[in-house]
Amino acid sequence: MAPEISRRSWLKWSGAVAGATPLLTACAPKQPTREPLPIATDGMAGVDKTVWSACVVNCGSRCPLRLQVKDGAVVRVLPDNTGDDSLLNRQIRACVRGRNMRQRIYNPDRIKTPLKRREGTPRGGGQWDEISWDEALDLFAEKLKHTIDTYGNEAVFKVYGSGVWNAHLGTSGGWMKLFNLLGGSLGYYGNYSYSQIGTITRFHYGNPDEQISNSFEDSIENGRMLVLWGNNPQETRMSGGGLVFTSLEAAKTDGLRIVVIDPRYSESASLLADEWIAPRPGTDAALVAGIVHHLLANDLHDQAFLDRYCVGFDEDHMPPGIPAGNSYRSYIEGSGPDKVEKTPDWAAAITGVPADVIRRFALDLGRTKPVNISQGWGPQRHANGENQARAIYTLANVLGQVGIPGGGTGGREGYYWPLTSWFDDGKNPVKTQISNFGWTDAIERGPEMTALRDGVRGADRLKVGIKFMLEYGGNMLASQHADNNRTREILTDETKCEFICVVDNQFTGSAALADLVLPDTTTAERWDLAPSEYTGDMAYLIMCEKAIDPLFDSRPAYEMVTGLAKRFGLEKEFTEGRDLEGWARHIHETKNVPAVPGMPSFDELKKVGVHRYHSPDGLTVALKEFREDPEANKLDTPSGKIEIFSSELWEMSKTWEFPDAERGDKITALPEHVATWEGAEEALEADAKYPIQLIGHHFKQRTHSTYGNNANLQEAHPQVLWLSQMDAQRRGIADGDQVEIFNDRGRVQIEARVTPRIMPGVASLPQGAWMRMDAAGVDHGGSVNVLSRLHPTPVAKGNCQHTNLVEIKKA
Amino acid sequence: MALGFFFDQTRCNGCKACQIACKDKHDLPVGVMWRRVAEYSGGGWVDHGATFTPRVFTYYTSMACNHCENPVCVQVCPTTAMTKRDDGTVFVDDSKCVGCRYCEWACPYGAPQFDAATGHMTKCDLCADYREGGQDPACVSACPARALGWGEIEKLRAEHPGAGAAIEPLPDPSVTRPNLVILPHRDAQASGSGTGDVLNRGEL
Repeated sequence: MAPEISRRSWLKWSGAVAGATPLLTACAPKQPTREPLPIATDGMAGVDKTVWSACVVNCGSRCPLRLQVKDGAVVRVLPDNTGDDSLLNRQIRACVRGRNMRQRIYNPDRIKTPLKRREGTPRGGGQWDEISWDEALDLFAEKLKHTIDTYGNEAVFKVYGSGVWNAHLGTSGGWMKLFNLLGGSLGYYGNYSYSQIGTITRFHYGNPDEQISNSFEDSIENGRMLVLWGNNPQETRMSGGGLVFTSLEAAKTDGLRIVVIDPRYSESASLLADEWIAPRPGTDAALVAGIVHHLLANDLHDQAFLDRYCVGFDEDHMPPGIPAGNSYRSYIEGSGPDKVEKTPDWAAAITGVPADVIRRFALDLGRTKPVNISQGWGPQRHANGENQARAIYTLANVLGQVGIPGGGTGGREGYYWPLTSWFDDGKNPVKTQISNFGWTDAIERGPEMTALRDGVRGADRLKVGIKFMLEYGGNMLASQHADNNRTREILTDETKCEFICVVDNQFTGSAALADLVLPDTTTAERWDLAPSEYTGDMAYLIMCEKAIDPLFDSRPAYEMVTGLAKRFGLEKEFTEGRDLEGWARHIHETKNVPAVPGMPSFDELKKVGVHRYHSPDGLTVALKEFREDPEANKLDTPSGKIEIFSSELWEMSKTWEFPDAERGDKITALPEHVATWEGAEEALEADAKYPIQLIGHHFKQRTHSTYGNNANLQEAHPQVLWLSQMDAQRRGIADGDQVEIFNDRGRVQIEARVTPRIMPGVASLPQGAWMRMDAAGVDHGGSVNVLSRLHPTPVAKGNCQHTNLVEIKKA
Repeated sequence: MALGFFFDQTRCNGCKACQIACKDKHDLPVGVMWRRVAEYSGGGWVDHGATFTPRVFTYYTSMACNHCENPVCVQVCPTTAMTKRDDGTVFVDDSKCVGCRYCEWACPYGAPQFDAATGHMTKCDLCADYREGGQDPACVSACPARALGWGEIEKLRAEHPGAGAAIEPLPDPSVTRPNLVILPHRDAQASGSGTGDVLNRGEL
């Protein structure tokens, strides 16, 4: 009897061309002879060795990999085989990217030998000469010395890069130690991950970094509600030893309601959420205001908490000397300077979230305690990101959830920070810093940059622009900064930045913009130690043993810098007599072993691979001490309390300068919703030239741009534009069509994924794609930063790469 | 006895670590995917003018070979290369395969994959070599979310009552009788209901 195969399903799965159903001939299955299989109890049989290594990229986790080596080559990648499926001893199963490590090690894009831009050809022209290491290091040393002698140390800059992240040795590479030994270099504060929240938190919670919330583990144990606000652990924290696991456990926890807030129906929404709320990008502070309005109307705010622990919520709790009407409550109730009541209906018009949803959600929040509001870093990566972040903090304050089990601060999910024994770079004698995002400005107009206009720290202004720039393990120059076309113009003007060196193990778009390219190894080709990062209440340390010799003529950065130090007569000061393995051993035995109970010795760790450990204080309840005794445990704010109204920001709003102010370029003492350039309001204007808000979510294919050139990962997760059905229909775009996404800054052509999973009026082009520019200036790789803008945010002077307006048409 | 896979749809975020672990283990070239992951999504948005209400669902299905009770690939293979072992797993006897691709055409799950380099069919055999040495299949031990399992199918079915394989976008399991146990996502749609679409068809 011929089985009837479902034609429709089969077509879906195989993508084959329709044809006649094949006639099935009944043939009895029989056992053929076959070769006996080799017996292997650990991965592949017959390998020379299996060593512990790690995937060291900036994903927020860090996973062990066991590399199987045969005849000097890595032949297979195995997962962690320690730990289990319990909450605090979980197996640290690497994600899709780390599991593809072999394609990173053996990628055709590996840089094989030092490359020098061919004499007489323009920067970015693609003409190279292969040179020896001696020539390369001579050139680097000569340019560095010339820069310091001619312009001073402030003209030297190591730009942000996170392709080698949070490993004891690899992350430093030794570059800053050398620069510091030579008098230092221009510094930067902040980072591309959380520039705005990392700067603005000091004013709210007194914390000079982000303020973490309670951990997911604590919510599992003690919570009744978890709000993932612009927070997508299933895609931004993909390690099976981290938040993919703990957030799933939270979803499986009876009595813990999960709400996801995101304009995209993210994997976190589809897997974890009991409810999903979709606001327009950049409108979170408005959503918070509408929620707080309804909380107040129903007397569901925690007045006692606000009175004792906070400043600025109502008129009775304001810092001295502030005119009436400047409290947050006045702002909400319409008795503030703008005289607008922030009702749920007001919020609905801005956010796109129906007012009844806002009201119901407010009641849920007010009546379900404890609740952990845990914000991701998407909301803050906007032109009004500082206020967005503070508003979400404020909601947790209004609900009185700070410092109690099951509650939270409104910050990102908490973690027990591991002991991170970085290679000691020493102190930077240059105290001047720019924001992480400010380097293109510093190249272009360095001496014009001041503290009050551009957020220069440690000095009133820059003395000189950046003349010598090093990019190590990063892709900022080509595609991870903003406005890639303009950035390229700035970088290819050789009268501005005079020398650019890129150090990487893959020939990235950034390498293409260098004068000198130096081939680094991958982690598999050197010694290191990799600690966990944002992995909740389970911290760990991973041994990275050198699995294979460096490929081609590549070298670990440390060895490059050793060669440079030699040229400056500083070899002894730099190496202190140690090679990489010596440093790994030294750091481990002198720092890790004494500090972490039960930490195995270096040689023991080579065998066991991973050591897990936990906070002696139990699960993370952020600001617990402050909650218990706010007088004895003051926050580092002027009042010692949580500053919903920040007296410092109030002062800065009067002194900071915005000479070419655009919509939203202002500092507010309260976490108000601020309409900005290319924000939701502008998108909604009737005659909007660019009516689509474009964001760039983190994507499974790669970590930022790392792994973005791996064929297996491109096959598994091809780059597509997420476009709503409504917006596609209006433009005659069908799923799978090539579309052009454009604005005044650039053009991208890519395949459209027409999906119900994104809000109408919003599109998402996953960030981190490698650019492929054609002769006409159209990028076919799908880099969202072709379309993003260099204009920084008001306080952090940070990157706001989710604030972009575009139009989209069928290509 | 029959061996099969267990898949927990409530835990899968479509990351494809399973697919990559499989490719790494078997050195599969681009274009050959013994394990694939389908995204099934449906629904839309209610437009109220200034605001919207979403009514959207999404779930993933990770799929290798289901080592069917009634494997059509075995039935259609003209050379008897497609073979069912005593343990119920199906593999390709490379010495007999002529690469006619009939099995690929017949399988409703797209499990047999043509390797252009060898001109032969290739497919998941539930990591027979690993199982022989007491190891789990590569995809199972890879899953960061712990969404995959394997074992004796009767045992899996007993452990997961209410689980099955009659879930979109998979075909009705009554034809090939796959040895597959899926714990359904809360929004799982019944096979053939057509309430959503496979949104990542090009990736399969």
